[in-house]
Amino acid sequence: MKITTYLLALLCPALLLTSCKKDNNEITAETKSTFTIEFDNQVNGSPLTLNTTTYKNAKGEDFKINVFKYYVSNIKLSKADGSSYLIRESYFLIDASKAESTNITLKDVPTGDYTKIEYTIGVDYARNFAGAQTGALDPANGMFWTWNSGYIFVKLEGTSPQSTAANNALTFHIGGVVDPNNTIRTFATEINAANPLRIRTDGKPNMHFIVNAAALFTGKTDVSFATLNFTMGGPNSVIVANNYANGLFRLDHIHN
Amino acid sequence: MLALSIALMYACSKNEDEVSQQETKIAFTVPSNFPAPAYNFEDNKLSNAGFALGKKLFYDARLSADKSVSCGSCHQQFAAFTQLDHKVSHGVNNCQGKRNTPPLVNLAWQKAFFWDGGVKNIETSPLNAITDACEMGTDIQTIVAFLKATAPYPDMFKQAFGSTEINSQLILKSITQFTAILVSANSKYDQVMRKENGAVFTASEQAGYTLFKEKCSSCHAEPFFTDFSYRSNGLDLLSADEGRSHITSLQADFGKFRVPTLRNIEYTSPYMHDGRFYSLDEVLNHYDSGVKAAENLDASLKSGIPLNSAQKEQIKAFLKTLTDHEFIKNTLFSES
Repeated sequence: MKITTYLLALLCPALLLTSCKKDNNEITAETKSTFTIEFDNQVNGSPLTLNTTTYKNAKGEDFKINVFKYYVSNIKLSKADGSSYLIRESYFLIDASKAESTNITLKDVPTGDYTKIEYTIGVDYARNFAGAQTGALDPANGMFWTWNSGYIFVKLEGTSPQSTAANNALTFHIGGVVDPNNTIRTFATEINAANPLRIRTDGKPNMHFIVNAAALFTGKTDVSFATLNFTMGGPNSVIVANNYANGLFRLDHIHN
Repeated sequence: MLALSIALMYACSKNEDEVSQQETKIAFTVPSNFPAPAYNFEDNKLSNAGFALGKKLFYDARLSADKSVSCGSCHQQFAAFTQLDHKVSHGVNNCQGKRNTPPLVNLAWQKAFFWDGGVKNIETSPLNAITDACEMGTDIQTIVAFLKATAPYPDMFKQAFGSTEINSQLILKSITQFTAILVSANSKYDQVMRKENGAVFTASEQAGYTLFKEKCSSCHAEPFFTDFSYRSNGLDLLSADEGRSHITSLQADFGKFRVPTLRNIEYTSPYMHDGRFYSLDEVLNHYDSGVKAAENLDASLKSGIPLNSAQKEQIKAFLKTLTDHEFIKNTLFSES
């Protein structure tokens, strides 16, 4: 008994010292938490309803959407001091037909106040040519071209009376990472410094993005479905990617 | 406690015995006359169980839409893993595909796959044949569901990957454990190059090899007998198949196809992307006098490759030294 007490007395200060040091480190860099992003799929300000609702493109042509899916990857957060944090293995497939996919959770993010978010619309170059993937990048998700390696970054299928394709179909499969038809686009947006993304151990903020599917068809080039109603990579996919690069996403608000 | 540890020891030694007696350890070895491979199993640990699973999947016709076509249907071992006597691949519902089946040989050194180089990783290559309406005509979700419900697959996945989980990634990785092992590097040519078993070319083969290096090897580069480039060899004035430009959207790639390997060429007839030539004589006659002034004809073929009949015979003699009988007959790769 005596010996144990003695030992404890000896050990205690040592324990306190090490734990103190560790705590310091954790406070400065190692505290991590979670935030979520909601992707609110819309068409020109109206909620996106698949299959039934008729929308108009910038040329005034009617269209309906049956499929709307896109990849968001390599999410990076920056602070006002210019430091940034890339969220490892952040690959998400948002599918308008699957409600659960429109709300994504980012875990193990260092706590802090972030004033900028950026991400790839699509999938980075390397993963397009990598071996068999799983999760969001599983080819079973129907977003991988089997005949021309690479992911479909944004897939929109639907119909338009103006489309000259069979059954008035619209087929926009945007992808490809090789110049001159590289369609990787990065979206970045500043966050109001007065209400930054405040990631805290006791606060898990939610970012709300509006996603405008009609952005595929306007921006740099107004698309007429009479002349462009089908693309699976190549120059026409570049036209569409240049359109949605800036117009597809808009940060609406943050719930801290 | 004692009994348990003895039992464990016994189990251990028994397993080791079984391994050494019944199985050769599957290994991937780089032949001494080959460069470093593009695929090295770094993210796909090769094992006997993974290879066995990959091989079973490769030969399982139940994976196709009408259960009639396996990978092995169009990639036949006796034809160096291409399809004998078929101009183009023959898929489900008797559908005739678009192009000649490429042989599956030395794929671990290849960085792009298929005649147009559209697929960039050996692991994702099978997806093309799985989903093509004229090949296996199915999709990976259907295959995953089938395998989950079909013995002995769940057990085989567990042995190969440590879990009964079955997904597309594990399917593709196990098939790669089979296809990337298909190394053909023991032809007479290889033995001559490596100075093995006292192998020497005959006078005719040697003359053919000299001619080959002079006239053919700028595209059919050793040791793979392809430089993996895309070229037009002037089969038609206007190619019916757009070829490489389907992938790149570049007019300069219209009508170009990957230079095919010549390894085991004796057994991979018919030849060319559309399988139009049934014999090596037809192929050599094409280069001698049949090359058409196609839009993107390769510069090296502007005047064809003039060959007299003696030279043709010598080149054929050399090409037959590229046959790897051991590879074609290796029971490790056969359907069992």
